[in-house]
Amino acid sequence: MSCCTPSPVAIEDAPVAAQPGSAQPRNKGRIRTIALIGPPNCGKSTLFNRLTGMRQKVANYPGVTVEHHSGRMKSFGRPDLTLIDLPGIYSLATYSEDARVAVDVLKGNMPEVPAPDAVLLVLDCLHLNRQLMLAAPILSLGLPTLVLLNMADLLDARGGKIDPLGLAHELGHPVALISAAQGTGMDLIRNFLDQFGEFALTRPGSARLPIIQSPASCRKWASQVSSRSQFREPESPLWTRRLDSVLLHRVWGPLIFLVVVIAVFQVVFSIGQPLSDGLGDLLTRAGGLLTAMLPDNWMRALLRDGLWNGVQSVVVFLPQILLLFLFIGILEDSGYLARAALIADRVMRAFGLNGKSFIPLLSAYACAVPAIMATRTIENKRERLATILIAPFMTCSARLPVYTLIIAAFIPDRHIFGHLVGLRASVMLGLYALGFLAALLTAKMLNSRVMKASSAPFVLELPQYRWPMPRSLALRLYDRGKLFLKKAGTVILAVTFVVWGLSVLPVHHGGFSQLTDSVVGHLGHWIEPVIRPLGFNWKIGIGLLSSVLAREVIVGTLGTLYGVDPATHAASLQTALRHDMTLGGAIALVVFFAFAMQCTSTIAVVRRETNGWKLPALQFTYMTCVAYLGALVTNQFIQHMFR
Amino acid sequence: MALSDMRVGQSGTLETLELPERVSDHLAHLGFLPGASIEVLRRAPAGDPTVYRIDGVEVALRSETARYITVELADASREIRQ
Repeated sequence: MSCCTPSPVAIEDAPVAAQPGSAQPRNKGRIRTIALIGPPNCGKSTLFNRLTGMRQKVANYPGVTVEHHSGRMKSFGRPDLTLIDLPGIYSLATYSEDARVAVDVLKGNMPEVPAPDAVLLVLDCLHLNRQLMLAAPILSLGLPTLVLLNMADLLDARGGKIDPLGLAHELGHPVALISAAQGTGMDLIRNFLDQFGEFALTRPGSARLPIIQSPASCRKWASQVSSRSQFREPESPLWTRRLDSVLLHRVWGPLIFLVVVIAVFQVVFSIGQPLSDGLGDLLTRAGGLLTAMLPDNWMRALLRDGLWNGVQSVVVFLPQILLLFLFIGILEDSGYLARAALIADRVMRAFGLNGKSFIPLLSAYACAVPAIMATRTIENKRERLATILIAPFMTCSARLPVYTLIIAAFIPDRHIFGHLVGLRASVMLGLYALGFLAALLTAKMLNSRVMKASSAPFVLELPQYRWPMPRSLALRLYDRGKLFLKKAGTVILAVTFVVWGLSVLPVHHGGFSQLTDSVVGHLGHWIEPVIRPLGFNWKIGIGLLSSVLAREVIVGTLGTLYGVDPATHAASLQTALRHDMTLGGAIALVVFFAFAMQCTSTIAVVRRETNGWKLPALQFTYMTCVAYLGALVTNQFIQHMFR
Repeated sequence: MALSDMRVGQSGTLETLELPERVSDHLAHLGFLPGASIEVLRRAPAGDPTVYRIDGVEVALRSETARYITVELADASREIRQ
């Protein structure tokens, strides 16, 4: 395992001290800022996370990082150094927004980001011939550079070979074999930084770089360099091809894709629901015990009926959210997502969607905000706007609590197709499909009206399959769980507080109002005519108003409203809803949520990415209209069917 | 012949890319350069896009793009064809 425990000999081609006056080191000769650069999907963010102890998103497909992120190298013991993680680039040509970010930071043209004093160039050493092409333009920048050959453990395991000393000699820059995933070779990075930090060294330009850096000349240079450094390409992993011959099979491929998707929802219900119910019981009991200790006054009512009920009704969905993200994480990290993109491409193309839209749209299943950021990889501006417009239709995880609540309350727990698929999971699948369909149809509409320009081609690099890293999965789940609970503890808590307050005010004769006489009651009855055709009562209406902040807020609001109401005070939210809504109204509600843009974070990110209010305003209006009409049709249809 | 006309299992040598610069530039960095050897690995279940093996990596292209890339079939492939 010589590659996994690289000896420091790899950087023995030690940088030579600069002759006085030969170069002007920045920052008085001390390096402070280091840029991480490399081609897409070579593991920059994995390394960034390891060196800084931060948690940037990593996954097994190109284009995960679309922004620059800075972090102090704390877990590396060098908090004095700032590391900048950059989007992956193939060259210094900037066709897309994310590549422009990388090049601007690298050249010191990015406002508010200090120009880097040194560069860590990360290359995937399994494909060194090709990856080395980037070394030519990067080394030409003339910054102190350490070349990191990542995934050295895999190179070793697959029978590949490289002479790091020879490569260092060829490049005129130190080279280190590392594995960012395993954490090997970090001491070499330390040596490099220590050397540069103390002596303020610069490099004599000893590498013979191609003079004209066209892709062809860079490629030729890269081949020469790698063959002179005894590079032996690793054997292509047979099992990736074998797996692909099944997973991309004409018949089995789409079938397996479908089974995977259904299985995810099935597990979210069959394992998630009991866990969620258990958590609910636990929280109800805990709330009862806690409030029992308080004197029986308005404070107790506020705490138990208002805050506890509201926040608890959202928090119980934690198990389902975590399960969903576990599956998304496994699919992303294994490399299956890129295959899913391949399988779905035909459908996407039929609706005029560009190949590059797929990854942003897929990530919208977690949350529309990173999805809209991910559209930066789309070069064509119109296509980018179209993808931003349709991304919020994809079913994000914030819809999950609303869907699960209504489905668990109204859809019987039955099996269809024998004992294979649950009815509840199927309804959930249908709702996801509904959102996807709305996205596709909107794309089609935009395609014929807006996007007549030539489209960017579909170029998809299929990463090799690999086992998801349990550490990275666990950290992602932890972060997701924390984010969810934080939202419950801030936005949802605040809304619940306001809703409770408005549901007992104004004070009459020294006592609280009844629910129907309260501010909320009046407001609710005032808006009821608008939403009655959809099958929603006034409480749902208040929930809808509050959910403009964020979708899951409606669950908290309903928890509070039904908690305050003496008629439903003791019942669970599910039971309360079952008695208070028709089937038509309930299904109309989830249809409304499938279409509506109830999310201030999304509105804010669209405003930021498009530099104006026009698009988010248009988008919000359009999606709300579609949602209203969709809910109206659903309710009327179900009413007539089941009358 | 056009890359899109190659059959699964055939291999050849890439000759020209008649695509806009930004596209051919991107493809060049994935290994699509004149003289590179390329193999057709498989088609997506719907028949398009197609997965090619070039320069040690697998890249999928729609036929609408592969149409503008010309290749010279390797001799072995030509024999299989006849």
